[in-house]
Parts: sequence; structure tokens; C-alpha cells
Amino acid sequence: MVGLRRGAAWLLLFIWVNLAFLKGGLCAVEYIDINNPFLRKIPVAVPFFQAKSGSSADSQIIKEGSNFLAQTLDFTGFFKILDRGAFLEDPQRMGIEIPNISFNSWTTVGAELLVTGGFEFSGETIAVEFRLFDTFKGRMLVGKRYQGVKADLKKIIHLFCDEIIYSLTGKHGIFSSRIAFVSNGSGNKEIYVCDFDGGNPRQLTQTKAITLSPAWSFDGDWIAYTSYVNGKPDLFIRNLKDGRSHKVAYQGINITPAWRPFRLELLATLSFTGDQEIYLLTETGKTIKRLTHNEGIDVSPSWSPDGKKIAFVSKRSGTPQVYVMDVDSNEVQRLTYYGRHNTQPAWSPAGDRIAYTAMEKGATNIFVVGIDGKEPVQLTHNSGDNESPSWSPDGNLIAFSSTREGPARIYVMTTFGTDQRRLLAISGAQMNPAWSPRNKDN
Amino acid sequence: MSRRMWIFVAMFMVLPGMLFTVSCAKKKVASETGLQQGEAGKSAADKARAEELARQKALEEQRLKEEAAKQGKIAEERARLENEDIYFEFDSATLLPAAQGVLKKKAQYLKENEKLKVAVEGHCDERGTNEYNLALGDRRAKSATQFIMNLGIPASRITAISYGEERPMDPGHTEEAWAKNRRAHFVIQ
Repeated sequence: MVGLRRGAAWLLLFIWVNLAFLKGGLCAVEYIDINNPFLRKIPVAVPFFQAKSGSSADSQIIKEGSNFLAQTLDFTGFFKILDRGAFLEDPQRMGIEIPNISFNSWTTVGAELLVTGGFEFSGETIAVEFRLFDTFKGRMLVGKRYQGVKADLKKIIHLFCDEIIYSLTGKHGIFSSRIAFVSNGSGNKEIYVCDFDGGNPRQLTQTKAITLSPAWSFDGDWIAYTSYVNGKPDLFIRNLKDGRSHKVAYQGINITPAWRPFRLELLATLSFTGDQEIYLLTETGKTIKRLTHNEGIDVSPSWSPDGKKIAFVSKRSGTPQVYVMDVDSNEVQRLTYYGRHNTQPAWSPAGDRIAYTAMEKGATNIFVVGIDGKEPVQLTHNSGDNESPSWSPDGNLIAFSSTREGPARIYVMTTFGTDQRRLLAISGAQMNPAWSPRNKDN
Repeated sequence: MSRRMWIFVAMFMVLPGMLFTVSCAKKKVASETGLQQGEAGKSAADKARAEELARQKALEEQRLKEEAAKQGKIAEERARLENEDIYFEFDSATLLPAAQGVLKKKAQYLKENEKLKVAVEGHCDERGTNEYNLALGDRRAKSATQFIMNLGIPASRITAISYGEERPMDPGHTEEAWAKNRRAHFVIQ
């Protein structure tokens, strides 16, 4: 719980450099093509940052910081991080500000972007200047100065990476987001939370029972999940900040929570009537309305980003398929026609696509389809069972679980299926990733 | 017969005879006290009582044996209620004829044992995603529950619990393992 709270140290951070000449003038598409941002990765140079003051022990911190920033940029899938061995400039003597930078030596090694950093140490506090340059145009795109304690360096780097992404795409990055998931490393399935990049994993629940399907509220303050802590699948709704909690424990199943965008309301599948139907609930678990009225399984709802429609799984046509419903009119349309077992819909943050899990001929893979249902695209191939797609809040990445290395683990890929990599390796099997929204405090 | 054998025969036949002679001599001593008549009557009564006791003991033993057999049968039936699962086809909660036969026996047993309450667990194989399988397991548990209720067992005695694919019987990834895992399982509460 403590790890999920905003540290007081955030208050120490302040912004010094904030040059505003980009205002309205920069076209984001110039750098990152939103139609397929991963087709051509932007070559970026991240030379080791410079020490302006401090001891030799601090040079290790600087090196780690430089690597961490490069890794963080690499995680987004937008960039090609250039090999430092090819650089022409000595990182400790090169200029890190405009009049002193020889942009020619950076364009020569193929860098289109350059990140420089200058560190000042004073006891436990640290002051860092970061700058992002367009090497061909020879201009600074964004520059910031941060101050905090040494332990906050990773947070500071995440903040600056967010500035980089914002300056290049016009949208905020995912660096303040977290991923909740299920792991059975403790002997039971429990909910865990890690940073967006798999760092800092920590166990959130201690139910000592089967616990599944974590779901984040739109503001990131609440998490809902299903647990057998009372011997049957009940729904638990927990506020991570103040510890308030509510329970939905009707007879039958109380599963698959999905929080509504902009409102503290959630969908869940309940079966107290004898039939599995989707209901809209308040954050305290009171029923607002029943959405599905169909004999047979209705399960696994996912909201459209405007909060007006839901995608869900229904067996009304004989096999599990994904359907879309308008919440006000209750009008339903079938989305998937290809294949006989399509489940786990996840609506993209941009609203234009829906990811889902398809099982065919014994193979389970992640697909993405437009909201018109046309031309489903398979994102995973020949690599174990791949399930539970969850979009990053900026809509550029998808987290999922895969058995490609044996036990199930959490992986991340771009929404085009490229750059597939494991997010973290902890004991046991991991599944059911749920990507949080961006932290609104950043 | 060999010589040694004759010696054995002599030992087993003659020596007990000699012992008997000795005990007869003792009895004579007792009769000399003048209680010979009474002793004889008492001895007959004792004998009758002993016979009666033996008869009763045999009866009791017979009764215990039958009781144990009955208990064994009850335990067996009780165990069968829990051990005999019913099985389903892939992605289906429809009760197959074999499953219906097993459920009829379970319903009969529950009728004969009015105090028993049961949980009916619905399980799935690992194929398909775990959320969907929780719903499918729920339908399987409910199919079995409904069938038993239709045979006259009140709803208050049965609880349906879905475990989806969370508790496989066989951890394997073969068709055979999956068939074992698509089941409804009864647990006495």
C-alpha cells in the first residue's frame, strides 16, 4: 500500500527550465507517425550524463541514471537507442547546452535526437538538468531542471521521459502508470502491482485464496478483483488511498470487474438469478442497472473510452464471441465472426480498436479488430498461449500473459505486435495484467 | 509307520489320558465332602448359562458384523457422493446421459440422508480464458444443481460454486487430462 502512495518527496521536485518556444509551433507527427509509430524507430543518442559537482561515488549514480533513461525511452517502442561506443564526442567534455553542442557530430553517427543531462550533488539532494535536442534542426525541444533526494532519481527520469514523449507526440507517456496482475508465487493466486516497466513488484492482497482479475478505476485510486477468500468467487472493491472497501457477494459468481471512464461505477458479471449477466454497480457495490438480458453466458465487459458502450463476451450465438452494446439503448451488435472462441475484449484508449483473445486449433492468441469488426489482425504467433490483453493508457502498448517460456508470465508489445518482451520475472506464474491509467498527479 | 511316528502318537494320545486320570482323582476328593449332588446341579445350570452367553455373544458378533457392513456401505455411499464426479463436453454445461445416471444416484442418497448439505463445484479444463471459464464452471455447477432439485432435493441443501479452470484434477495438457477436468464435483458440507 505504501508503495502505491505518492511519496512526499514529489513535493521537492520543481521545474526550472521550461522554454516555451515549442508552443503550438511543433507538429508532433513530424517526429512520430501516429499511423504506425513503430515502423520507423527514431534514432536517439543518450550519452552518459555529466557531473557538475560531486564525488567519484556519484559517477556510478550518473551512469545508472543514463542507462535508466535510455531503457525507459526504449520501452516505449518509439526509439532506437544508439550504441554509445560509436559516439564521436567525449561525454564528460561535450557541450550539453546549445551554443556548445556540436550537432554535426551527432547527425554523423545517425542521431536524430539527443538527450543531455547535468547532475549536481549536495549531500543527499540532487539537482538534474535534462534537455532533448533535435540534432538536424539544431534546437532544443524540451529542457527541465529537477531537484530532489538521490532516491528519487528514477522518478525524476520518468518525469523527464514523460516530457520527451509529450513534446514528440502531443500526448503524455505511460511512465507514471502501473500494472496490476495475478501471481501464484506465494502458493495462492494474489494481486500484485508493479511499475509500468515491470520494476518494483509488490504484493497487494494477502487473501491466501484464489484471487483474480484486478481492475483499476479511471482515477487509479480504486482496484476491484475477485477472491475466494470466503470460499466462493466474490467481488472486492478497494480504495488504495484510504483503505475503504466494499464487497459484492451474491450467490453464484461475482466476477470480471470493469470500471467506467470518468465515473466511479463498475460493471461486473453476477449469477444470483441463475444466469450469468452483466450489471452496472456503484463503487460501493450497489446495483444501478442490469445490462444484459440473455439466457446463457454474458461475461468480461470492457468500456469504450467515452463510457457510452461496452464490449463483452456472450454465448448467445452458440460459441463465445465479442459483442458491443450501447449502454443507454441496450442495443447489441456482434463484433467477432472469425473463429469459434473469442473472449476477453479490451477497448483501446483511442476508441478505434478492440483487442481480444482468440482460441483456434488449440492455439490461443491476441487479436485486434476495428470497432466495425472488420479485418482482425493477429498480434501473437506460435509462442505458447497468449491471453488477457490490456492497453497502456497512451494506447501504444499492450500487456498480456504468455506461456511462451513455460510458466505464464506478463509480456508487453506494441499495438502492432512488434517489440514483444517479458515485463518481469518473479517466482510462480503470472497472469491477468491490468494497466492502470496515467497518474493524474503528474 | 516309522518308529519315531509311533512315539509321537503315544505322546499325544497317552499323556493327555494320564492327565485326565489325575483330575478324576481330584473330583473324588470333592465328593467326599458330601456335596456331590448339589455340585452336579450347579454344574448343569452353569453349563446352560455359559451356552446362553455364548449364543448371545455369537448373536452380538453377528449383529456387529452386520452393523459394520452397513456402516461400510454407508461410508461407501457417502464417499461415492463425493468421489464420483460427472463429466462434460468441451465448452458445454449440458448433462450427458451418464452424468444424469450418476446425479440420480446422488439425489437418491440425499433423499435418504435428509440432514446432508452439499456444495456442487463446477470445473473447466484450461482451454479458454479464465474469466469465461468461471462463467462456464458456474453453468456446469448450476446444471447439476438444477437436475438434483428437479428430483426433489430442496435448494436450501445445495450450493453451486464455480472454480473455472483454477483447480484442475489433472494438471496435464492432454485431451485425457482435459476430459477429467471438465467436471462437477460434490462436497458434503
